[in-house]
Amino acid sequence: MRELTYAQAIQEALAQAMDADPTVFLMGEDIGVYGGAFQVTGDLVHRYGEDRVMDAPISELGQAGVAVGAALAGCRPVLEFQFSDFATLAMEQIVNQAAKLRFMLGGKVNVPLVMRFPAGSGTGAAAQHSQSLEAWLAHVPGLKVIQPSTPADVKGMLLAAIDDPDPVMVFEHKLLYKMKGEVPEEPYRIAIGKAHVAREGRDVTVVATSIMVHKSLEAATILDAEGIDVEVIDLRTLRPIDTATIIDSVKKTSRLACVYEGVKTLGIGAEISARIAESEAFDYLDAPILRLGGAESPIPYNPELEKAAVPQVPGIVEGLRNLVRGRM
Amino acid sequence: MAVEVILPRVDMDMATGKISKWHHKDGDRVAKGAALFEIETDKAAMEIDAPAGGILRNIVVTEGNSAPVGSAVAWIYAEGEAVAAPAPAAAPVASAAAATTTTTPAPVTAAPAAATNGEAPRATPLARRLARQAGLPIGSIPGSGPRGRITAADVRRAGEAKPASVPALPPAPVVSGDSVQKLYAPGSFDVIPVDGMRRTIAARLTESKQTVPHFYLSVTCTLTTLMATRERLNASAPKGADGRPLWKLSINDFIIKAMAAALHKVPAANVTWAGDSILQHRSSDVGVAVAVDGGLFTPVIRNADAKTLTTISAEMKELAAKARARKLVPSEYQGGTTAISNLGMYGIEQFTAIINPPQATILAVGAAVERFVPVNGQPVLASQMTCTLSCDHRAVDGAVGAELLQAFRQLIVEPLLMLA
Amino acid sequence: MNAVGKIKPNARPFYQKYSADQLKDALRKMYLIRRFEEGAEEAYMRGLIHGTMHLSIGQEGSAVGATMALRNTDYITSTHRGHGHCIGKGAEPKLMFAEFFGKEEGYCRGRGGSMHIADVSTGNLGANGIVGGGLPIAVGAALAIKKQKRDDVAMCFFGDGASNEGAFHEALNMAAVWKLPVVFVCENNKYGMSVSTERSMAVANVADRASAYGMPGVITDGNSIADVEEAIAEAIARARRGEGPTLVECKTYRTRGHSRSDRNRYRTKEEIEEWKARDPIPHFEAELMAHGLATEAEVIAIRKSAEAEIAAGIEFARLGTDPNPNEVTRDVYSNEAA
Repeated sequence: MRELTYAQAIQEALAQAMDADPTVFLMGEDIGVYGGAFQVTGDLVHRYGEDRVMDAPISELGQAGVAVGAALAGCRPVLEFQFSDFATLAMEQIVNQAAKLRFMLGGKVNVPLVMRFPAGSGTGAAAQHSQSLEAWLAHVPGLKVIQPSTPADVKGMLLAAIDDPDPVMVFEHKLLYKMKGEVPEEPYRIAIGKAHVAREGRDVTVVATSIMVHKSLEAATILDAEGIDVEVIDLRTLRPIDTATIIDSVKKTSRLACVYEGVKTLGIGAEISARIAESEAFDYLDAPILRLGGAESPIPYNPELEKAAVPQVPGIVEGLRNLVRGRM
Repeated sequence: MAVEVILPRVDMDMATGKISKWHHKDGDRVAKGAALFEIETDKAAMEIDAPAGGILRNIVVTEGNSAPVGSAVAWIYAEGEAVAAPAPAAAPVASAAAATTTTTPAPVTAAPAAATNGEAPRATPLARRLARQAGLPIGSIPGSGPRGRITAADVRRAGEAKPASVPALPPAPVVSGDSVQKLYAPGSFDVIPVDGMRRTIAARLTESKQTVPHFYLSVTCTLTTLMATRERLNASAPKGADGRPLWKLSINDFIIKAMAAALHKVPAANVTWAGDSILQHRSSDVGVAVAVDGGLFTPVIRNADAKTLTTISAEMKELAAKARARKLVPSEYQGGTTAISNLGMYGIEQFTAIINPPQATILAVGAAVERFVPVNGQPVLASQMTCTLSCDHRAVDGAVGAELLQAFRQLIVEPLLMLA
Repeated sequence: MNAVGKIKPNARPFYQKYSADQLKDALRKMYLIRRFEEGAEEAYMRGLIHGTMHLSIGQEGSAVGATMALRNTDYITSTHRGHGHCIGKGAEPKLMFAEFFGKEEGYCRGRGGSMHIADVSTGNLGANGIVGGGLPIAVGAALAIKKQKRDDVAMCFFGDGASNEGAFHEALNMAAVWKLPVVFVCENNKYGMSVSTERSMAVANVADRASAYGMPGVITDGNSIADVEEAIAEAIARARRGEGPTLVECKTYRTRGHSRSDRNRYRTKEEIEEWKARDPIPHFEAELMAHGLATEAEVIAIRKSAEAEIAAGIEFARLGTDPNPNEVTRDVYSNEAA
C-alpha cells in the first residue's frame, strides 16, 4: 500500500469528499494559492476552483458564522482554522450557534459542518499558537470532537466527519503533518466515537490522544524490555468518548494511565479517570489512576522548556513504571 | 417516660443473650427489683430483676429468643402512661465494635472485617473484590503496597484456601504511636514501621488472648528412651545417591508425631470452637512454629498422624526453609488442628504459648534439661523436657486436655508406642 | 392589481404595486404582531411564561415592511426581538405561543423559547439570543444560495447595538467581498438595551457605515411601512440581480423596555410619548383609508380578526403538551450517537 503523509491524507480526504458531494466546500485563511499554512490544501484550489476552495478574510468569527449559515442552507462547509488557538475568536458561533441550533430548534435543523484545527506544541510557535484546546470543545454538548493520530485515521475520520449531520471539530497535531503512513486509496470512513487499541498488553492500560499515542507506543517498547506489558488505546474521539473499550481494557490490566498534551487539569484525562472510577471497572483497579498531561502554564518559547511543558517519552516511561511497580 | 428493660451483660465474653424464661407477661404490674426474666448461660441461668416498678409492656424478645447485650427487651410504663408502639428488636450483633481495650468479642462466625487501629484497611478495589470472592477478611491480609495498601497480589498470596470459619480480625488495642513515643526521651529510640506480618501477628494474638479462655496443663517427659530411639533410627538411615543419609530425625520430629498420634487417641481434643457448634477434625494437622526474620510462621504438617517420622522430618525441613525465605503459600500455613512451639534451643525450660485460632490447643515445648530423677528409688541422671499445653476451654475441658497431654507424654517417654 | 379609479396617481410606489388585499393583509400582519406582543406581555405578567421576552411593540412597520417582498425560499435571520420578523415571514402565532409556553407543539418543541423561534420550512433560520449572532449566519446562507445558483436572498435583521459587534464588521465585509445576496436590515431603535446610539456609536447613522464595506446604505422611516418596503424591495432586487448586499437602516422605536425587567431609566417619558404618536399602525390605517383601499369597517374587522387569532393561539398554547423530563438530551445530536 502506498504511503502518504498525514497532511496528504487530509488533502485526499477533502478532494474525495468534494468529488462525491457538490455541496462540500472549503474555507479558510490562505488555503487557496498559498496552499494552507501547513500545506494541507496544497493545490486543491487549482483542481476545484476558488468557489470551492475559498480564501477568507481574517475574520474567524465571521467565517464560523458563515459556515453555520451555509450548513443550515444546504451546504457542507469544511472550515480550516490556521491555528487551533484562533478558535477562541470564533467561540460564539461554534458554541452558541453551531452546537446548539439543532437542539434549540427542537431537532428541526441540523448543522453539518466540519472545522479543522492545527493544534499542539513543538514548533516554537509559543504560547498563542501552540495550545491544545480540544477539551474546551469536548465539553460542549452538540459538538463532536475528534483527534486522529495517523494518516490512515485522519483520512477515514475526516470523511466520516464531513458525512456527519452534526458539527465535527477536528484537531490535528502540527507535528503529525509530516508523519508518513499507509493510507488506502479509495474513500473509506472510520467511525467517530470508536477508540482503537494500538497495542495490546496485560499490565497497564494507557489511553492517549494524538501525538501522545506515538509517544506512549515508544514508551511501551522501552518498558517491554523491563517486563512491563503496556496496552495503548488511541482514544481518537473526545466527544463522544468510547468508554466501553477503556472499561474492557482496564478490566484486563487493572491499571489506567491517561496521556495527553492538553493542560492536565480539567483535561480529557480527568474525564476518563472519572468515567472509569464510576464504572464497573472500578472494582478491577489495583492502583490509583495516573494522568500525564500538559504543564499548568502557557507553552514556553525556549525549546527545552517547550518540551518540558508536555509529556515526553522518558516521563511516560517513568510514570508507567511507577504505576505498574506499585509505587503510586 | 417508659423505662427500658435491657438485656444485661452477665458474662465477660457475652455479646448476645438468650431469654430462657419470662416470669411476667404483658400488662403485669411488677415491683422494682422483682425477678423479671432469666438469661440462659453455659453455667447456670441468670435471673434479671426489674429496673423499675410499673406495668410491663411491649415484650419484644420472647422466650427462647436472643438479643444483643444492651438492647431493650421490654418496657415498664408508669400507671396510666400511654403505651408507644414497640421498637423492633435489635438484630444480634454480628461483628466486634470499634477498638476499645476491653473488646466485646465476636462469635467465631462473624461478619466481615472490622477496623484495625481504629481505621479501615487500605486496599485497592480489585483487592477488595478478590478478597470478597475468596471469603477472606480484607483486614487479615498483609498489604505490600504504598502506605500498607493491600493489593490484588497480596490477596492472591493470602490465597483461596482459607477456611470459611476463620473469624473476623478484631481490632488491636488502641495504641497510638504518638502517645507511646511521648513516654520516652526524644532521640532515645528509632521508629520502626510495622509491616503486614507484624500487624497480623499483633491482631491475631491479641484477639486470641482476649477472646479464647486459655487454661494451661504442664507435664515433664523423660527423654532417655526417645533419645536412644532417635540415635538408632538416625544411625540406620540408608545413604542416598549423594552419599548422605536419607534422614536425620530431630527430637522435634518425634514431638510432632507424638502430638499427632495423641490427638488421634483423644479426638475430643482435636476440635475447633465454631460459635454455635464444634468442629471435630478427622485428621491431625500439626502446625509447627518457625521463627523467621521479623516474625514467625506456623506451617502445617497435614495428616501427621498418618505420616512416618521420616516423612514428617523431610516435610518439616522443606517447610521451615520456605518459611524463612517467606515463600510459603497459604495452603501451607492455614488451618491446622493444633500447633507446637519449641523454644528449647534457647534454653527455655518452660513457657506457655498463646493459642492460634481456629486451633483449640498449642503445645509449648521447653529445653531438654539434665536432672537426677528417681528410678526405683535411686537417683539417675536423665534428660527431661517440660511441655505445657494451652487449651481453649470453650471446646476442650480440663479432663480432655489432661488426657491429651497424658497421651502425648506416653508417646514421648516410650516412642515405640507410636507403632502400636 | 390596483383598485381601479381609487388610487391617486401620485400615491407612492408602495400603494401602486400591491393590491388592496395584499395591503390589508399587511395591516393584518401588523395587528397580529401588535396583539401578539401584547398577549405575550399579559401572559408573562400572569406568570404563564418562563424567562423573559423582548417586545417589538412600535416596530411593526419595519418588520412587515421588510418581509412583505420575501418569498418562502428567501431566508431571514432575526434577533432576540424577533417576534415581528417571524410573523412577517409567515410564522403562526399559535405555534409561537406554544413555544413561549414551553410546549412540545411549539416551533422548537419548547427547547428554544422566545429568543430562538425559527421555522426553517418558511426560510426563517431563527431568532438569535446573541447580539450579532445572526449576521455571519445570514452571510453563510447567502453563500449557499449563490453556490446553489438560486436567486433567493438572505435578509439579516439586527439592531443598532449589533452594528458595534465585530461580527457585523466581518459579516458585511465578507458579504461585500463575495458579492452575496444579503439584505442587511438594521432596526435602529436608538438604544442598545439602555445605552443610546449617541453614546455608543461615533457616526450618526448605522447606514453611514455601509460605505466602509463598499455597499449602498439607505435610511428609512422605520415607522412607515411604505418607506421601509420601498427601500427593501430595491435592495432585494439588487441582490437577486447578483449585485451584492445592501444595508437598509430603519429608524424606529420600541415603546416597551428592552426586556420585561427594564425600568426605563435611560429615556424620558416625553420621548416615549413622542414616538407613540408616530405609531406605525394607525399611520398605515389612515393612509389605507385615505387612499380608499380600506374602509373603517374593514379595518376594525381586521383588528378583531387578528385579536381572535391571538386569543385562540394563547388558548392553544395553554393546552399544549409539556415535554418529558426524561427527554432532556433529545435532539442534541442527529442520531443520538453521543
